Amino acid sequence: MSVHTEEQNENWSEIIEPKTRLLDLRLRELWRYRDLVLMFVRRDFVANYKQTILGPIWFFLQPLLTTITYIFIFGRMAGLSTDGLPMLLFYLSGVTIWNYFAETLNKTATVFKDNAQMFGKVYFPRLTMPFSIVLSNLVRFAIQFLLFLIIWVWYLAKGHNLQPNFLIALTPVLVLLMGLQALGTGMIISALTTKYKDLIFLLTFGVQLLMFATPVIYPMSSIPEQYQWVIQANPMSAIVETFRYSYLGSGTFSWLQLGYSAGVTLVILILGTIIFNRVEKSFTDTV
Amino acid sequence: MSDIVIKAENIGKLYKLGEIGTGTISHDLNRWWARVRGKEDPFTKIGQANDRTVKGDNDWVWALQDINFEVKQGEVLGIIGRNGAGKSTLLKILSKVTTPSTGRIKVKGRIASLLEVGTGFHPELTGRENIFLNGAILGMTKAEIKSKFDEIVDFAGVERYIDTPVKRYSSGMYVRLAFAVAAFLEPEILIIDEVLAVGDIEFQNKCMGRMKDVSINDGRTVLFVSHNMAAISNLCNSLCLLDRGGIEYLGDVEEGVNRYMQYSKTKGVEIINRIAAQNSLLKHELFELISIRLLQDDQEGVEFVTNRDVKIKFLYRVEKTIIGLRIGFDIVELKSGITVFRSFHDDRKESKTHESGEFENTATLPANLLISGSYNLKIVIGIHNVGWITNDEISILIQTHNTTGINSQYADNRPGVILPAIDWVSKKNN
Repeated sequence: MSVHTEEQNENWSEIIEPKTRLLDLRLRELWRYRDLVLMFVRRDFVANYKQTILGPIWFFLQPLLTTITYIFIFGRMAGLSTDGLPMLLFYLSGVTIWNYFAETLNKTATVFKDNAQMFGKVYFPRLTMPFSIVLSNLVRFAIQFLLFLIIWVWYLAKGHNLQPNFLIALTPVLVLLMGLQALGTGMIISALTTKYKDLIFLLTFGVQLLMFATPVIYPMSSIPEQYQWVIQANPMSAIVETFRYSYLGSGTFSWLQLGYSAGVTLVILILGTIIFNRVEKSFTDTV
Repeated sequence: MSDIVIKAENIGKLYKLGEIGTGTISHDLNRWWARVRGKEDPFTKIGQANDRTVKGDNDWVWALQDINFEVKQGEVLGIIGRNGAGKSTLLKILSKVTTPSTGRIKVKGRIASLLEVGTGFHPELTGRENIFLNGAILGMTKAEIKSKFDEIVDFAGVERYIDTPVKRYSSGMYVRLAFAVAAFLEPEILIIDEVLAVGDIEFQNKCMGRMKDVSINDGRTVLFVSHNMAAISNLCNSLCLLDRGGIEYLGDVEEGVNRYMQYSKTKGVEIINRIAAQNSLLKHELFELISIRLLQDDQEGVEFVTNRDVKIKFLYRVEKTIIGLRIGFDIVELKSGITVFRSFHDDRKESKTHESGEFENTATLPANLLISGSYNLKIVIGIHNVGWITNDEISILIQTHNTTGINSQYADNRPGVILPAIDWVSKKNN
């Protein structure tokens, strides 16, 4: 008892111990390092586009080139349905959203591997790294989303039969949901890959596969009724469908589906943060 | 009690040797199962003390064990020890890069650690951008860095290049900038790992000055790891000598440095005995070093008197004809780290082609050359225009004692790293 009071009196600002409590996420410390998060975001942009001729134009070119490829392969050659929507808009909407999710997931999942050198030399809250990844991809997404909006407005002005509706107001929620979903999933994978690197090989393949399990290149309506639950079990599906429904007026929307997606996101996020925090303390010994 | 800012209690760190891969899942499951049942980790029991020269019989090793110490506010604690004594591990634990396996450390105040300069520098970013990024990584806020910015640039002396990407910097400029950022950190506790060994002499002195400023004038607590005994004696006011993962000595600086030297001396004999026991020191596809023997008056050893010759005998075998093989050594003064000189066997004659076969080459260190002290004899072997065969692998610690040599009749210690016999002519002019 006396030991206990003595320790309290001494006011230690920090105690370094072998293990931490499960839910001690030290979010306050993360907040103290908020400048670092922004600095990482800035670094990503500057470093990526220095010494390129086109610079930030690549932000637009990337989704456009992918969309054009999809139009040719899935639209023209495979003849997949687009729910009667203009192919450009249909694929671009899917690609823009999916790019954000996939990029964030890929980068977050390899965060320990990519930064092992730095993490081994200096301490800062490791969560700053995944957060900065989410943010820098968000900026990229915003720019690419702008491109989508421009083309969307152009189609509207030309009098195409698009039926945007009030659900457009949900856009920020959708963006938040997929950002957090990618973050959570990425953190879980990143933690698992520090010791067993096998997962890294599966990652690219897995993300690709996940895209086909999400209505990116096809509308939900083209899936036979009895198999739709498979696609709907994927929490990304509701996000893509809601997005298309609100801007283009085709597809499906249900609060239930979206609620399910939000619930899964929350679980993944909490799980991911806990696992990440457990691993960050000792990963330098195993990576 | 209240002025203690770091209190380490029973710190230990267990490492797994060898590859992580096969067997680790089963080990992991084993440990996990023990934990679930509330039992002790089954692998901590079999860990052995850390001695890298002796092959252990299992894969787990204690890099640190039973480390207890306290650091007071404003104390500058030097941490010394041979390679592999556990210095870096201790620093890593203190800087939270890794966790201890046992025990805990209680800390008062913000810790910043410099295990390396320029962590997180990005080559594509400009000097200015890197200052902000690096500062933030080290725990400063943007506002703090802004207020220090001019001082940092000034200290590094890179004003002209501040908006140039650092990949265009010379390596010296790069290092200076990196150190400057770190030098202007203002944490309560600063942990430094031999980063002083950078830049030219002028900049090194500047760094030492800055370090003194930080520790003495600002009254900050500093933990400083180094092999440079001069720097340690100069900066620190207490010392921790680590050996094989444990604390060998904790206390007064001078006493600690002496113990470290003493300790190295007895180790030296052990090392040379071990070298002699092995049948080959160094194997290369063309070349095999069989033995090195140090002799004074036909007596083998590593401790010599200063006023007699020391013979260094190299025995080696050449597998195929080599042109330009050069056998040599460096003499490095231990305390200052100064390389006194380097010598090659062909310094004073033309290098001959080595046909295949066994060779003996003997160098004679003249009497009255080295001062009394500790030196590292570093073996340097290379092939001219091809490359080095040795790479710092072999060095022998030697001790010289001035028992009956120059100045031995006086009690004072001569400064310097050599004590040559200089001819003086003295006469009285009438």
